[in-house]
Amino acid sequence: MPSSNQNSQINESRRKWVGGAGAAAAVLTLAPGVRLLELAAARSEEEPVSGKVRWGMLVDTTKCAQGCTECVDACNDEHGLIGMGRPLTDAQYIRKLDLKDKLTGKTYSLPVMCQHCETPPCVDVCPTGASFRRADGIVLVDKHICIGCRYCMMACPYKARSFVHEDLTNQVPETPRGKGTVESCNFCVHRVDRDRDPACVEACAQAGHKALVFGDLNDASSAVSQQMAELPSRQIREDLGLNTGVRYHGV
Amino acid sequence: MRLSVILLPLLIMSAVAAAELPKPSPPRGDGAQCVEPTDVMRRDHMRFLMHQRDETMHRGIRTKKHSLVECLNCHTQKDEQGRFVSINAPGQFCQECHAYSGVKMDCFECHATTPRQPTPGSARSRDHLLGDVFTPLQFMR
Repeated sequence: MPSSNQNSQINESRRKWVGGAGAAAAVLTLAPGVRLLELAAARSEEEPVSGKVRWGMLVDTTKCAQGCTECVDACNDEHGLIGMGRPLTDAQYIRKLDLKDKLTGKTYSLPVMCQHCETPPCVDVCPTGASFRRADGIVLVDKHICIGCRYCMMACPYKARSFVHEDLTNQVPETPRGKGTVESCNFCVHRVDRDRDPACVEACAQAGHKALVFGDLNDASSAVSQQMAELPSRQIREDLGLNTGVRYHGV
Repeated sequence: MRLSVILLPLLIMSAVAAAELPKPSPPRGDGAQCVEPTDVMRRDHMRFLMHQRDETMHRGIRTKKHSLVECLNCHTQKDEQGRFVSINAPGQFCQECHAYSGVKMDCFECHATTPRQPTPGSARSRDHLLGDVFTPLQFMR
């Protein structure tokens, strides 16, 4: 008898197959030359985000250098994250992990941040709707609505979220932050909306590692899609079936 | 007649009160004209900001017209050292009228009060955050 876990996996793949077959049928029934799914063109300033785009990132851990914290530093600078000298509760949007396979002794270094799930547990549990997934796949906290209950922090399997415990001053204009609200990596949404890469991606490239590739997962010609088509990649805790936007190669 | 007996002292009192409390005079912003006529901005700026807030947060629309960041870019003043002064400091653009009308602003509990400028003490090194949270076993499961 299959375990319930296996069952859900079977159902999931079946659902995907059924959905895919439906989409194929829809494309076929359209007149020739008319495409149901248009490729996303660069969005104008007045145009809202749409589900045509799904932002995602590939982390190539074979290029990620041990001891390098360029991405973390760039993130802290970009969002004005200042430590309060309390490592357990200080805000972090991205952190570096060093892993070691005990059997072989091989070490891995990789950044972990909000994985921007397609079905984010943080959004499921949020009682106010503050934690939400934008149409283009970026998972955000609307701090105007957040009441600071921290259910999302409990629900997140990646420990990606932080809570602001102190009164803050000198925030940066692009990243409003305040006491009593939860926050996490937002893929530098203010940059993405202006066709720029997130700060960590830029910093990693500037440091010469190029371990982070960001782009539209729905666009087969984007750098991230092409890399993902080429390199085998995994999700952290792929057993949870969250379909994360951040994938890892080489772990 | 009786009415004027009641009204006259009231009028005089209010005139005295008005004389004691000068009208707010917020510093002028850059440029000749704000994004809407001045009287519209005085009455409705909070509605514009509230609307823009949801447009930006949820729909990713970052037009500049009613953006709070753009308010800062035009309306913050600089001190003698050339550093921006917080827009909610006493006498500054937002606070000048809000103090006069006795309305508290919540915006700046989270939002920046100046355009971006280097802050002394912004830590580049945060080595203490690099502790492990996952064990490899959890990670690879």
